[in-house]
Amino acid sequence: MGKLQIHDLSQSFTRDDGSELTVLDHLNIEVQDKEFVCILGSSGCGKTTLLRLIAGLDTARSGTILLDGEEMKGPSSKVGFVFQEYSLFPWRSVIDNVVFGLEMKGIGKDERYRIAERYLELVNLTQFRANYPAELSGGMRQRVAVARALALDPVLLLMDEPFGALDAQTRNMLQIELLEIWEKTKKTIIFITHSVDEAVFLSDRIIVLTPRPGCLCHIVPINLPRPRDRTSTEFAQVRRHVLDLINQKCSIQ
Amino acid sequence: MANPLRKHKDRWFGALAIVLALALWECYAALVVKNSFLLPAPLDVTSAFLELLQKGILLQDFQVSMIHFAIGLGLALVVGIPVGIAIGWNRKINAFLDPLIELLRPIPPLAWIPFAIIWFGLTTISAGFVIFVGAVFPILINTYTGFRSVPRVFVEAGKMLGCTKNRDLIRYIAFPSALPSVVSGIRVATGVAWMCLVAAELFGVSNSGLGKNLWFYYNLHRMDCVVVYMILLGLIGLVIDMVFRYIIDRYFLKWQTGEVA
Ligand SMILES: Nc1ncnc2c1ncn2[C@@H]1O[C@H](COP(=O)(O)OP(=O)(O)OP(=O)(O)O)[C@@H](O)[C@H]1O
Ligand SMILES: [Mg+2]
Repeated sequence: MGKLQIHDLSQSFTRDDGSELTVLDHLNIEVQDKEFVCILGSSGCGKTTLLRLIAGLDTARSGTILLDGEEMKGPSSKVGFVFQEYSLFPWRSVIDNVVFGLEMKGIGKDERYRIAERYLELVNLTQFRANYPAELSGGMRQRVAVARALALDPVLLLMDEPFGALDAQTRNMLQIELLEIWEKTKKTIIFITHSVDEAVFLSDRIIVLTPRPGCLCHIVPINLPRPRDRTSTEFAQVRRHVLDLINQKCSIQ
Repeated sequence: MANPLRKHKDRWFGALAIVLALALWECYAALVVKNSFLLPAPLDVTSAFLELLQKGILLQDFQVSMIHFAIGLGLALVVGIPVGIAIGWNRKINAFLDPLIELLRPIPPLAWIPFAIIWFGLTTISAGFVIFVGAVFPILINTYTGFRSVPRVFVEAGKMLGCTKNRDLIRYIAFPSALPSVVSGIRVATGVAWMCLVAAELFGVSNSGLGKNLWFYYNLHRMDCVVVYMILLGLIGLVIDMVFRYIIDRYFLKWQTGEVA
């Protein structure tokens, strides 16, 4: 299970001069179990802020977040997180990074390495098991981060622009790989991105946020069958539609 | 980049400089100065070395000095690392202890010698204490800096993976992340400790040891023996530092490439 309900979520930060900066304003979102949702919005509109609240890394000013009907209080092993920046532990080898969560859970040594190997295989990095993160390319690091998050078998996977720092080609490859993983593991995924192309390629539904303060601007269901072809006319049409929505409705009035 | 063969050649080239310096020293001492009190020649020093070795003094001095060193450095580790962790991890403890540490830190370790003698007498503890004062601050400060600069994303990644208690976060995330900084602090501390060791022994904080007998033979005007002690102190210091460099290269370089250098 992995159904997420967000009610009336608001978040604000106190600036140095004492004034309040409202980042999220009464946001309501519902994400179904096993759904792949992309959140699209311009830089600084509060995407990371939203994801951190869902993950329980920060506490909201007001509103509730329910995962399968239970209120989230602090980080939970039901939720996996892939960070925007590189987050692998540089002092641990690839396999020891993937094993980390299982180790914390107190799972026996043989068992946890067996599980970790399986997830490393899922992201096609078995041959790099003994390498250190410093020896991997950016794309490989993010794939290990995905494996590390999945190893605890969370119901919900949060991904904060995981491929943002990568070149277009690597990015396309990882998108295909991520969809395969999603088909195999059937998690609920919330994926943040700047890129309309990426959002249309990946998601069941796109949630567009307005520039600060971020509130729900539009929800676009993507009904294209998978695997999707980026060069097809249907794909281009949907993309244009989303772009138009962003330009017309979601810009600052 | 330098290939191994080239590195090997460079090493021989460096050894040549040492041999040349020795030869120059021998000639200058034997032909120009001609006074083994002002400048003992390498051959005099060698025979003094053999004489001291035969008497068994050197081995005993070495043992005593290493005990002083171990007490001082051990105590510095036992105090410096936990306190460094505490002030690096907890803002409140930092606010509480920082002014005190900043007041004590600039006092040169040797300025503690009078109190070391009064409190502990002419004992190994006394010499160890002076060494401790010298070694504790580099360890403490580097541990603190290491903990301060743990990237937030590591801590948060840890939390998302079920590492939520403070104790676990320190043990599994912050400490390994800070370890290179801690180790380089310890390396600096060994250098300082070595200097404090000679000074402490020399000022009579203990009644034997390499520094102590260096001074003893100066009083006997046996300058050839003094040089033996100088060289030994240098060599032992070098070995200690090499051990640290080895540890750093062996254990930290493989995950640090790209971050430093
Ligand atoms: N801890 C904080 N304290 C103060 N302001 C913050 C804090 N975190 C975020 N903000 C502010 O909230 C706003 C939204 O930040 P957020 O990181 O959520 O943006 P984002 O949508 O993820 O942007 P990007 O696409 O560039 O990653 C920014 O203006 C930022 O300055
Ligand atoms: Mg962001």
